[in-house]
Amino acid sequence: MTDALIAITVLWGFVFIYAVMATMDFGAGFWSMIYINREKTKATNIANRYLSPTWEVTNTFIVALVVAVYSLFPTAAYTLGTILLIPGSMILLLLALRSAFLVFSNIASEYRKPLTYISGVTGIIIPGLLISVLPITHGEYLNYETGNAQLDLQQVFTSPNVYTFIVFGISSTLFLSSLLLADYSKVSNEMEAYKVYLRDAKIAGPISLIMAFCIMLTLQREALWLYNKMMEDLPLLWVSVVFFLLGGVGLFAPSFFEKGVRGMPRLAVIAVTVQYLIASYVYGKAHLPYIVYPSVTIDSAFTDPNSFRAVFITYIVGFAILFPGFIYFWSLFMHDKRYLQQKNPQEGAR
Amino acid sequence: MKGKVCRKDVTIMDDLLIARSLFGTTMAFHIIFATIGVGLPLMILIAELMYQKTKDLEYVVMAKRWTKAFAVLLGVGIPTGTIAGVQLSLLWPGFMEVIGRVMPLPFQIEIYAFFVEALFMSIYVYAAERIAPWMRIASLILVALGALASAVLITNVHAFQGTPAGFRYENGQFVDIDPWAAFFNPSFFVTATHVALSAYVTGAFIVASVAAFKMLRNEYGSRIYHFHQKALMISLVVGGIASFLTATNGHTAAQYLHQYQPEKLAAAEGLFETQSHAPLAIGGFTDRETETVKWGIEIPWALSFLAGNSFDTVVVGLNDFPEEWWPPLFVHTLFNAMVLIGSLLIFIAIAGLAWKKFLKKDRFPKWFLWILVTSGPLAIIAIESGWILACSGRQPWVIYRFLSTAQAATTATDLGILFILFAGVYVILGTAVVLVLLYFFRKNTVMDDIDRAEKKNVPLFSTNS
Ligand code: HDD
Ligand code: HEM
Ligand code: HEM
Repeated sequence: MTDALIAITVLWGFVFIYAVMATMDFGAGFWSMIYINREKTKATNIANRYLSPTWEVTNTFIVALVVAVYSLFPTAAYTLGTILLIPGSMILLLLALRSAFLVFSNIASEYRKPLTYISGVTGIIIPGLLISVLPITHGEYLNYETGNAQLDLQQVFTSPNVYTFIVFGISSTLFLSSLLLADYSKVSNEMEAYKVYLRDAKIAGPISLIMAFCIMLTLQREALWLYNKMMEDLPLLWVSVVFFLLGGVGLFAPSFFEKGVRGMPRLAVIAVTVQYLIASYVYGKAHLPYIVYPSVTIDSAFTDPNSFRAVFITYIVGFAILFPGFIYFWSLFMHDKRYLQQKNPQEGAR
Repeated sequence: MKGKVCRKDVTIMDDLLIARSLFGTTMAFHIIFATIGVGLPLMILIAELMYQKTKDLEYVVMAKRWTKAFAVLLGVGIPTGTIAGVQLSLLWPGFMEVIGRVMPLPFQIEIYAFFVEALFMSIYVYAAERIAPWMRIASLILVALGALASAVLITNVHAFQGTPAGFRYENGQFVDIDPWAAFFNPSFFVTATHVALSAYVTGAFIVASVAAFKMLRNEYGSRIYHFHQKALMISLVVGGIASFLTATNGHTAAQYLHQYQPEKLAAAEGLFETQSHAPLAIGGFTDRETETVKWGIEIPWALSFLAGNSFDTVVVGLNDFPEEWWPPLFVHTLFNAMVLIGSLLIFIAIAGLAWKKFLKKDRFPKWFLWILVTSGPLAIIAIESGWILACSGRQPWVIYRFLSTAQAATTATDLGILFILFAGVYVILGTAVVLVLLYFFRKNTVMDDIDRAEKKNVPLFSTNS
């Protein structure tokens, strides 16, 4: 593997991790808004219990991602910075409102509802905008009249492909987050909430799959090069669909492990994550060697070898140091029965 | 880059100006929360340690209340910081291209600092009742270290902008790139120390402001009065030490300017003619026409001494540089504001401590409390002045003598609407954060928290939403 290929793999890994974490994050915020008036089911409490300690960590991944792009592929940073000015700024504005009002809603309890609405609504738009970065890198909406790549916003907003990506982003967010929250409620022994989230997952899942097919259809019309290269890996795409079906089994079938319980959310979460992993691998592989089609490739954008080595070393050292921290964090908030099964949930502990 | 002008030969000045204003506004807003975010964890840590030492529950209450304020401020500090980080690439793609190639390490390592802070902040807040006391202190130390590290590392990029190192640029190519040499660029330590210390100054005096205000509002001798007086004493000790160190280190920072960015020092001092035995102008406004500082006080020879520790040090004046390299002349006022506030804060801290410890008086006069109330906002003004001095004083360069701001800017036009949107969001967030803090602390009074702390087995940290 060349250095540039290693670098893009690392970057792809970050994108994937962030994508999963962000769907959980924005989705949980959205569900906590939807169920805010249904106190009995505890669905909002569950969402908040997940969200409160994690949003900061998730947010840090966005920054990690941006930093990884310009330290590994500085030349791409120039083009990406220019063409993403408008979509990027929109994301930033929404993100600022979302994060701030999420924190505020936990503090100012009397105003919790309106504050939660602001953070829930802004939050669910963000994944749609984030994923629209992908079709922009396909190059259809760029022009080079001034010598630099410029984004033609009118073309972006009239492209069916962009809209299918956006809807796919939002429905996947709802899908993955309801799956995770179903699992989280089950571990927390909140069976009412569990049923609610299981139902949501059953609705959002098929929509996401249909949108994925729509993406392929529109891709064929708008970015044939990418479509053709993805089709080279058609068998893998089918494997990914099989994992989706396995996720469906996890949702619908009676549990093997517990009597009288429907669904195996843990199985569904894992199967669906694997499904997304495979599908995004196929997409990412087909996208190579381009970062922005056709002007920026991983080789033309790659950083200086000395810098790459130094950055790579900090990745290894940094993650070695952070890993125990993540494990400890996970054990405190995802695993500790005292946190998960609070009798009298004190959400918004800050 | 000197050879790379072609990219930006059609710059429309207005767009550049808006880009600069937009980024400057973002930074000016972020820095308020970021600085307090570095300073406050130290205060919380000290309160927790005081509790371990004295077993006085009021210190736990202090730690808890400050943590709450800190968590609310993070709700704005983190998203605005995210904006700052991403906006660097969106507005200054030419700059980030160079930084990515030559100077990627600080941003990279900063990510780990953010992670450490975010992980342990959540643990400290949401798991406080479930972890052992030593683990709570350890989490807090990690939060404080994470915040400090992020400040130091981001300042490192700023230091590099003033004293670039670790690469050569020849025939349109970067050669001999050494990212560690760039990391340890000449002004890194001085600048980072200054930023870190001034953040502790700010954190301490913000606490002092609030405590003094509450002392004015509550009856002398009441339990609440005493509670706030304890907080005030901690902050005066921390603030006094930190502001003294900030001033001495700031002196070194000025000497670095003399050595590395002489036109910035000349503009900061309003000096036009190169001379030895140069005078120091305090106050006043730099006048372009007469090439003097109007209405200022001149101390003969002092500038030469400050710049090089001897009266015959030659200090370079602005006239030795082409005028298009001149920084804006208003930086003189900003520099004065910062130094004046720095000196004032040292006096305030010494006066307060002397009154209490040496004169053994228990009650501060009202007028002195009012001065203390202004100390926090003054520290913020000093921070803002210092940064605008440092960034605007570097103009027209984004990387000193290597990459001009115009060359680094985005080629996109019509940035005006973005400026309005971002400014609007900052207004909303700024207003909301103040209202939320007021609301919360009105509803959860000190007495509520003290009562809770005194009842055993009532979770203190998670009981107040
Ligand atoms: C509480 C805040 C505070 C206080 C009291 C001071 N400073 Fe400061 N100063 C800063 C906060 C600050 C800052 C905001 O943190 C800056 C902006 C950039 C930097 O590196 O630190 C800064 C920059 C800065 C610079 C410019 C560095 C550059 O452009 O590269 C100089 C020369 C000084 N300071 C000198 C001083 C002196 C002589 C002080 C004497 C009392 C002083 N500062 C007090
Ligand atoms: C946090 C406090 C800061 C404030 C208040 C601040 C303020 C400003 C202002 C007002 C400008 C516009 C300058 C002008 O056009 O006259 C600016 C520009 C800039 N600053 Fe800072 N700055 C801060 C910190 C930093 C740091 C830590 C960095 C390093 C990463 C940085 C990098 C830049 C860059 C790249 C520009 C744009 C190019 C330029 O105008 O030189 N700033 N900043
Ligand atoms: C010297 C001035 C600055 C100081 C002292 C400072 C400090 C801080 C602190 C303490 C935080 C909170 C970190 C956390 O809790 O996670 C923060 C957030 C952040 N800052 Fe600043 N910052 C400064 C300037 C900048 C600049 C110029 C940038 C852009 C390059 C920036 C980028 C960020 C980012 C991206 C975050 C959010 C991190 C996250 O997602 O957790 N900061 N900053």
